[in-house]
Amino acid sequence: MTLKIEEVQSIAHLARLQINDTDVEQYTSELSKILDVFEQMKTHGTTGILPMAHPMDATQRLRPDVVSETSQREKFQAIAPDVEQHLYRVPKVIE
Amino acid sequence: MTTTIKQLQQGLVQKQFSSVEITQDYLNKINQHNAEINCFISVTDELALQQALEADTVLANGKGSVLTGIPIAHKDIFCTDGVKTSCGSKMLDNFIAPYNATVIEKFNQSGTVMLGKTNLDEFAMGSSNENSFYGSVGNPWDISRVPGGSSGGSAAAVAARLAPGATGTDTGGSIRQPAALCGITGIKPTYGRVSRYGIVAFGSSLEQAGPFAHTAEDCALLLQSMSGFDPRDSTSADQAVPDFSIDLNNDIAGIKIGLPKEFFADGLDTDIAKVIESAITEFQKLGAEIVDISLPNMGLSIPVYYVVAPAECSSNLSRMDGVRFGYQCDNPVDLEDLYKRSRSEGFGDEVKRRIMIGTYALSAGYYDAYYLKAQQLRRLIKQDYVKAFEQVDVILCPTTPEVAFKRGAKTDDPVNMYLQDIYTLSLNLAGLPGMSIPAGFSQAMPVGLQLIGNYFEEPKILNAAHKFQQVTDWHLQAPEVK
Repeated sequence: MTLKIEEVQSIAHLARLQINDTDVEQYTSELSKILDVFEQMKTHGTTGILPMAHPMDATQRLRPDVVSETSQREKFQAIAPDVEQHLYRVPKVIE
Repeated sequence: MTTTIKQLQQGLVQKQFSSVEITQDYLNKINQHNAEINCFISVTDELALQQALEADTVLANGKGSVLTGIPIAHKDIFCTDGVKTSCGSKMLDNFIAPYNATVIEKFNQSGTVMLGKTNLDEFAMGSSNENSFYGSVGNPWDISRVPGGSSGGSAAAVAARLAPGATGTDTGGSIRQPAALCGITGIKPTYGRVSRYGIVAFGSSLEQAGPFAHTAEDCALLLQSMSGFDPRDSTSADQAVPDFSIDLNNDIAGIKIGLPKEFFADGLDTDIAKVIESAITEFQKLGAEIVDISLPNMGLSIPVYYVVAPAECSSNLSRMDGVRFGYQCDNPVDLEDLYKRSRSEGFGDEVKRRIMIGTYALSAGYYDAYYLKAQQLRRLIKQDYVKAFEQVDVILCPTTPEVAFKRGAKTDDPVNMYLQDIYTLSLNLAGLPGMSIPAGFSQAMPVGLQLIGNYFEEPKILNAAHKFQQVTDWHLQAPEVK
């Protein structure tokens, strides 16, 4: 299956990746080759087979809704890259 | 010269040497050889010597566990409180976790000493350890060849005798394949056996942590310390943990070993096939009964895995957004620019490829054809194994289709690189335990033999591996590290 360059750019956007114009052709060719491998799946019928998401078919375990963790604010702030007045600084991204 | 954990443990108890002495010895060796092999990203000298000193005090009081004072290395994917956890990525080059992974916590309780954090393919994506931000790793048997991946640093460190044991994680073969390529022993336990809490996630339904060592006996000791139910990991199995060492010496006469014909077909190197045949003869001499079996859907494991794993990776790695973790680009103009440039500058090529493949497989219009289809085929692969284990106790096959290849030989061809995992992927899809043990040499490079067990039957494969290692010495052969 051959992807178009525009499709690769659209996938990159969905994945919030920026692919430079100089690299896009290579990604298009590599991703197309990987999709070719996936074509083998088409030859096998799977009607009525239950999809398997977990090796043991386990379901999510529940626990009582009680506080189990303690606040470690000082520790978290100590390893953060940029902290000011006990707040985490991030770039201004909302106009 | 091979020194096993068992031997170190006996020496410590008999006071032939102290933990500080052996720790310093391993640190010296790391210092001497790491520049060439590049198997460690961080060497934690000070912490190691401090832990060793504490272990010596515990041992002097006649207390401690069988692993107290034993120095080991950890793959740099396990979160370590206060020590950088890079996951081999520029993205996490500045990441210091505020807590320990459960595996690290358990080893601390056992009194082991951490020598450092080992190199890996970025976010554990790769089969050659060439995808690391910190540079590729050399195979101690031939530095111009790869050690395998993704836990290549851990495998190379143990093979070069820079650590007697190490941890790894295995999402599609990342313990077994590097163990095979480096001539050491490694085990991936049953999915859910070891807590995934504090392991940087890649393929949540596939990955398991496990140990590398020189012998199955040592692997049993390390796995014992790592295993157990953890309420902090929702994928942890609430199963009793057996004593992994207790059955090691059981007689294997009469056990049924299955040979899946699909794993001995085209694509297997003829020299490797010969090595595996000799190993089968050894097992027959030990009294094992060899049974021909078939796993008809194994050919599908490559496409199924390379849909499922990237789908899970694209979701797991969405947390690397330039804000919550790690790398952040300079001067973003808006939120989209912040996301896109932080991720594009922080991730390497293979990670980006997998994120894009996963994103595509999960996107509207393609979900059914790729992700849902792969999940259905995954069940067929599992069912093949369930059926096979009605007939046999253990399944035997090669770990890899060829020996360690030259560095750079496959970097331009991602699909060819994926084919290296042909014998290992299906176990992760099914969630079964498997291990690789040294079984001989081809082109002067080690060949690995894979033993696969039924769910939660790690003791059976450890038993078979240990008996094999009692009558062979492939696992004791060491490379000449200059």
